[in-house]
Amino acid sequence: MKVVLRNPRREIEVAGPVKVSVLLDRLEINPESVLVIRGDTLAARDEDLSDDDVVEIRPVMSGGAA
Amino acid sequence: MKCRRCRGHAVIDVRRHNAAFCAECFDHHCLEQVRRAIDQFDMIGSDDRLLVAVSGGKDSLMVWDALVRLGYQADGLYLGLGIGEYSDESGGFARRFAEERGLRLIEIDLRQQYGYDIPAGSRAAKRAPCSACGLSKRHLFNAAALEGGYDAVVTGHNLDDEAAVLFGNVMRWEEGYLGRQYPVLPAGPGFVRKVKPLVRLGERETAAYCVLRGIDYVLDECPMAVGNKHLGYKEILNDMEARSPGSKAAFLFGFIERAHGRFAGDAEEERDDLGACTQCGAPTPGDVCAFCRLVERAGGAMPSGSSPVELRRKAG
Repeated sequence: MKVVLRNPRREIEVAGPVKVSVLLDRLEINPESVLVIRGDTLAARDEDLSDDDVVEIRPVMSGGAA
Repeated sequence: MKCRRCRGHAVIDVRRHNAAFCAECFDHHCLEQVRRAIDQFDMIGSDDRLLVAVSGGKDSLMVWDALVRLGYQADGLYLGLGIGEYSDESGGFARRFAEERGLRLIEIDLRQQYGYDIPAGSRAAKRAPCSACGLSKRHLFNAAALEGGYDAVVTGHNLDDEAAVLFGNVMRWEEGYLGRQYPVLPAGPGFVRKVKPLVRLGERETAAYCVLRGIDYVLDECPMAVGNKHLGYKEILNDMEARSPGSKAAFLFGFIERAHGRFAGDAEEERDDLGACTQCGAPTPGDVCAFCRLVERAGGAMPSGSSPVELRRKAG
């Protein structure tokens, strides 16, 4: 499947099927810090992602110190 | 994973609540958390006119959207900070959001109206960019709200923001800041009320709300904030949260309920002792406020129409 990462934007290929939680674990991404988006909706951590999917892993952390 | 509320297909899990939600019930959950924060801290009256500090990011657009949906009268204020493409892009998201919903967005451009921008201003004033930015925002949002007769300034600070600020303040035992850290800061001479209705929602929830509501927001991080302490604190807290869900909320709300009162008295006294800036009339412990000093060092100037007499009159 195609996985879109951000900051900076880049794409990687990951073999499916795989659960969201396993994908994040493999990529060493803290699930608290991202959303996983498939199409126009979100995928919860136990969701199965298939080889044909295009998913975006979107960071949610933002903010200056003010 | 099933939705806790309707048992339908869940699209997001919120481990802090040991729950998962479908899109519709998650929307309900978010609005309910905003409503509960407003009630819990007596933030807003039903007839209040609100000014939302809008950056074009997920939190400010979410809080504006939620307040309007809950029936509040809320205008937006966007500050053009002059941070290159980032500012151009974020301003575009704020404008599109307002236009699509027929909402009023007020704009202030630092460079055009005050003669400086954040990159140049922070260099000239020898302040960290986030410090110069925060100072400018606090001053201008407050001044604009007083000028426009608004009852409160609303910011999109969420649970993660507040927990990270608390973490930083505790690490350095900043007693003054700890006394002022609360979801609502009451109005006072020269200060409009400030409220944070997203304090019961994590930033993963605010981002998810925007995705599921189809709200487009700026995705890039501010280039001047990259690597700052605040983001570092968030990473530390997220590591703890992953190991022990609910840690951030327990830390923040434990402070609010059991420790804030121990620091609040000093902060109130400090606020009562402030005088008026001789240049703009804003509250300050000295003769000239930090914002006017920043503008002066950055080579800018106060725009005409912001006379000290006018601001003092509105403030008092």
